[in-house]
Amino acid sequence: MIPQLTIALAILFIPLVSFVILIFFGKRFAEKSGLIGTAFLGADLLLSVYLFFSKMFSEDKVWDFTFTWIDLHTVINSIPLKLDIGIMVDNLTAVMLVVVTLISFLVHLFSLEYMKGDVRYSRYYANLGIFTFSMLGIVVTNNYLLMYVFWELVGLSSYLLIGHWYEKKSAADAGKKAFIVNRVGDLGFFIGIMIVWVQFSTLTFSGIFSAIGGGNIPFGSTNWLTAAGLLIFCGAIGKSAQFPLHVWLPDAMEGPTPVSALIHAATMVAAGVYLVARTFPMLTADALLVIAYFGAVTAFIAATIAIVQNDIKKILAYSTVSQLGYMVMGLGVGAYTAGVMHLVTHAAFKAGLFLASGSVIHAMHHALHHQGDHHTDAQDIRFMGGLKSKMPITFWTILIFTLAISGVPFTSGFLSKDEILAGTLAFSHFNGHTIIPIIGFFVAGLTAFYMFRMLIVAFMGEHQNKERIAHIHESPRVMTVPLMVLAALSFFFFFSLNPLSASHGWFFEKMTYPTVAVPATVAATPTEEFVEEIHHQHNLAMILSVGIAGLGILLAFTTYFWKKISADAFEKALKPVHTFLYRKWYFDELYDATFVAATMGIAKILAWFDGAIVDGIVNGAGHVTKFIAVVSGKFDSIVVDGLVNFTAFTAGISGRLLRTVQTGKIQTYIIFAIAGMMALMMFYIG
Amino acid sequence: MTITLTHFLMISAVLFSLGLFAVITRRNAIMVLMGIELILNSANINFLAFSRYSGMNIEGQMAAIFVIILAAAEAAIALAIVLNIYKRFNTVNVDEISILKD
Repeated sequence: MIPQLTIALAILFIPLVSFVILIFFGKRFAEKSGLIGTAFLGADLLLSVYLFFSKMFSEDKVWDFTFTWIDLHTVINSIPLKLDIGIMVDNLTAVMLVVVTLISFLVHLFSLEYMKGDVRYSRYYANLGIFTFSMLGIVVTNNYLLMYVFWELVGLSSYLLIGHWYEKKSAADAGKKAFIVNRVGDLGFFIGIMIVWVQFSTLTFSGIFSAIGGGNIPFGSTNWLTAAGLLIFCGAIGKSAQFPLHVWLPDAMEGPTPVSALIHAATMVAAGVYLVARTFPMLTADALLVIAYFGAVTAFIAATIAIVQNDIKKILAYSTVSQLGYMVMGLGVGAYTAGVMHLVTHAAFKAGLFLASGSVIHAMHHALHHQGDHHTDAQDIRFMGGLKSKMPITFWTILIFTLAISGVPFTSGFLSKDEILAGTLAFSHFNGHTIIPIIGFFVAGLTAFYMFRMLIVAFMGEHQNKERIAHIHESPRVMTVPLMVLAALSFFFFFSLNPLSASHGWFFEKMTYPTVAVPATVAATPTEEFVEEIHHQHNLAMILSVGIAGLGILLAFTTYFWKKISADAFEKALKPVHTFLYRKWYFDELYDATFVAATMGIAKILAWFDGAIVDGIVNGAGHVTKFIAVVSGKFDSIVVDGLVNFTAFTAGISGRLLRTVQTGKIQTYIIFAIAGMMALMMFYIG
Repeated sequence: MTITLTHFLMISAVLFSLGLFAVITRRNAIMVLMGIELILNSANINFLAFSRYSGMNIEGQMAAIFVIILAAAEAAIALAIVLNIYKRFNTVNVDEISILKD
């Protein structure tokens, strides 16, 4: 194993060490456990950065270490049956390692203040450790088996972190919902892995792709290849909260806000996108088309819901779902690098947005607590307003994040979003699916609108409550520093020196398109042609996206800042539409009425079956046994005991009779003896 | 009238019956013993009679003498037992000595 991979292993296991220490000795460290966790993650971040640079300056395409874990020493169809596992670091992994450890480190740092005085402070840090470990595991493995294992570990740690305040029923329910909804997607993922295993007898990425490249197709049909790709994509639907499994992510906001920043904005939900990127070489054109539509529909639905929400975290949650849809759509149309880049840029500014919202909520809580007000919702943007002057650092950073997510030039978000939109245009150019770019641009406008709505309503204008605003203060350094770091990373120069196009920046140079492995007959547009077309569409995409984002921002300002358009009047005029969006397209109600109700119904039937039939059989068997026991008991006491008693009785009677013969008088005996002798004599002689 | 073997056997049988009668009916242990003597002597008569009527061989007379010796020994032991019984129960009535029953 080459030394760099040893470093990768160290990066992977450091958070696990942090977890083990804090879960077993956390009580002893108490207040210090936060610092311990943060120190571990700091070291982890440094190693990741080192690994990142050594990978970027290395000529090697990939560092890989594979060993045979299980060897059955059996050969089927001339393929040896053995299970290879291992780790690998390519450019994608190196970038993901930095993203995960950086966001995780900043969240650790932020939580030092945010979670101060929490009842399960050390448990919280331990769970952050196991989460980071699992997430790093996903990006560092080179096979679907370990990936699936870490995939489930991520689900578990997410469940633990969402339900951190499990005394609250809504938090406990949200944890369960996240876990169960994820399981639905994971089922498909698992079936996809099984199809791959049955055909290729290997689960390593390189092994699978080279087998497909060599013309080995599952069951000899490209439809199976499409199915395998889409089933693996099911995992991404669950983890990355794509329609129709997006319902868990907004509920997951019940967890602590830094957790939302780490898990539900930057890393865990990005795992699905990462999975699609990893699986990219084996996706056929049909599979990619379906993926693109899933992404587009998700982006659209979530963006429409985000417009009408009032809870700051709910807005950000739906914005996250929408942006994840964007990434998936980007990968689906074939814009691989753009999709991955949006994942990275989004991780920075969305984590920033969540941490900033955490900062605001923290301040609101303090102010409300000071007032003795326990009814006002600290997360409702309508109760905020005018926070700009009180929380300048939070305001300016959140402004940068909002500009980035809206796709305003000179931000990182502009670069990646622009490339995705150019990709959708190129996509429709090749196969005529114009609905995809239309949704893409429309959602870009919606995003700009709802993000600025949130910003304006929460930070600008006047605060309604004079007494409350007096108690609102800027958060301490330990909370604002992560915001500033992430704000800096939201500028263009970290990704490309050209502020208007990323295509010549280091990211596009290093994160090249993977070699497509599927047969040419079912493959999407060849990479060179596609990239060429993206370049053609780039200027159009840039002009359109800037124009639409500007329109969205302008609309937000006219409505909420200058109040030229009355939002209330609109709401009243379009009451049914507003209600429909406010209730999130009734997805929860729909699922409650169908899947949950059906599950409950089946559970009731099964409970009845259990109570009536199974218990009946068991009780029946009990009754029969009891009856047999009674009969057998009677037989025992009457027949068997009767025989025994009869024997004894007979013996007693004979004894009593014979006793009379034994008189003890010698002469009687003599008489008997003589009588006997005479009888014998008579018998033999007479 | 000549005396034949049958006469001897008749007398012996009568003597045996008398002895048996004494053994069965007498209540006194001494009387029972005397009955036994009668039975033994009836046997002696038989021995001697058979000896006389089957060629004067010596075996019958020897058996008779042996029985007499036996009777003497028996009388000695039996009287000793009776003496002990008397010491124990203060009576020699065989009807009253029935502890063997219990």
